[in-house]
Amino acid sequence: MEPLTLQFPVSTEDFSQAGLASSAVKRTLKDLGFPNSVIRRMAIAMYEAEINMVIHANGGMITVTITPEVITAVFADVGPGIPNIDLALTEGWSTASESVRDLGFGAGMGLPNIQKYTDRLDIQTEVGKGTTVTIEINVA
Amino acid sequence: MDSSKMIHSVTLDKEKCVGCTTCVKRCPTNAIRVRDKKATIIKERCIDCGECIRVCEHHAKKAVADPLTIIQNYRFSIALPAPSLYGQFSGIRDRNVLLTALKRIGFDDVFEVSAAAEAVSAATRKELQRDDLPRPVISTACPTVLRIIRVRFPSLLPNLLPYRPPMELAARWARARAVKQTGLKPEEIGCFFISPCPAKATSAKMPIGTVKSAVSGVISIADVYTKMMPLVKKITEPEQLAMSGVPGVSWAVSGGESMGIGDTNYLAADGMENVIRILEALEDEQLENVHFVELNACVGGCVGGALTVENPYIAKARLDRLIRQAAPVLPPDDLPDWDLRWDEAVEYAPVMQLGESVAAAMSKLGQIRELETHFPGMDCGACGAPSCHALAEDIVGGFSTEDQCIFVIREKLQKLIEEQHKAAKEDQE
Repeated sequence: MEPLTLQFPVSTEDFSQAGLASSAVKRTLKDLGFPNSVIRRMAIAMYEAEINMVIHANGGMITVTITPEVITAVFADVGPGIPNIDLALTEGWSTASESVRDLGFGAGMGLPNIQKYTDRLDIQTEVGKGTTVTIEINVA
Repeated sequence: MDSSKMIHSVTLDKEKCVGCTTCVKRCPTNAIRVRDKKATIIKERCIDCGECIRVCEHHAKKAVADPLTIIQNYRFSIALPAPSLYGQFSGIRDRNVLLTALKRIGFDDVFEVSAAAEAVSAATRKELQRDDLPRPVISTACPTVLRIIRVRFPSLLPNLLPYRPPMELAARWARARAVKQTGLKPEEIGCFFISPCPAKATSAKMPIGTVKSAVSGVISIADVYTKMMPLVKKITEPEQLAMSGVPGVSWAVSGGESMGIGDTNYLAADGMENVIRILEALEDEQLENVHFVELNACVGGCVGGALTVENPYIAKARLDRLIRQAAPVLPPDDLPDWDLRWDEAVEYAPVMQLGESVAAAMSKLGQIRELETHFPGMDCGACGAPSCHALAEDIVGGFSTEDQCIFVIREKLQKLIEEQHKAAKEDQE
């Protein structure tokens, strides 16, 4: 079966737009009849990753690939990169700016939450070049 | 469910419909299409929110409720007024006047739904103290909210408050009281909900969470309003019929139910657009520290229902005055507690799903996306579907054709004209 691909550009520091991609994907997964638990995990993980792109990376591109067995989302940005992935995966650790924290984001739960809700999390990053976060959720 | 058996209270007056697609674009579940120049409702998707009734400039959409004459079918009839009724009349200082007017238009007795609402509040307070429940607890008083969760937000089903709405409780309670008072059989007693909205009218015919409704009929607030209006001014010494206090009456407006739960960590939202945004946020676990969520499909709460006569904000202002002037009355405590809980689980109704299996749905979505590339993507609605995506979905489902799109037709026409020009040119040469 041909996988289904959806693409969403994410714009810079526009919090009103954050969450649009995860909402659209959620809608599609519902139309396709995926189990609730899968949809819920995907929605939460995607929302966190999408917010991360807005906060830290000046936006980027989200590519979601859907097959009946596995759902993959790739978040690619050309932002500052992550200097220390282990720290970034630590609950409560955040490099978010004061202005972002004032908006209620940057609690340091983004990546840890993504890890919690997905079956695979892969982070490719280079400081100064950008980051590509890949998440996967197995359906069965 | 077999769609021919589905009952809805929102219907179309074909004579008045001009096929303009205003309702098509505003429907929150994409349940309306214009076909053969008339709007049609896809029954499986309709959640009886009444949005189409509100937006139709031609008054072609209407809600069907029972006529007042239905009360003659019972030996003893009881009016169950929703508290939103009280906000419809101007210059009322004492709601006993309105309750007395209900008796004068033909009912044998009156039982305030707001009293049952207070009982639901009391039970909710207990429920919220349990720590084994998923948070937040979502109110199920608004049947439209319950219906949209059932068709679009299945992951939130475990969060629903599994209690009958005040209307159902009021009917059971009122009937039990009347049996005691009159000695009649339960089936000889008719309990009639005076409703602000079509969704509650549907709930009496096709309840959710309740196997059989105890409500004998539903009469619209608009209908009783015209009958009550001439009587109201003449009532100088009303009967003392009010039986609920401030918390119960407050249920008529958004936030009223939340006030009664004794927990300040609540969120109350109203209007379909806001309701959907909150449900999306709940699904994504974006709301922290919220224990209770009250959602009302209508702007302002039940006072904004499509079967009311007054603007919701005017009705709310009047209710606020009425609430302040009314001394708080405690509800009678003879309520049988077995009547509160749902007697059947509410399950996901996957009416938006594209196919029987994920694979089948995916192949359909592939076709839909391919078709969408033929359309302009401006969602003009001229084809009778709410969006280009919906038209593509309808075509794949076999309910429509590509030629319904005027842009597709225009392109075909342009090609035809070009060919004719070319042929004419060749002839000249």
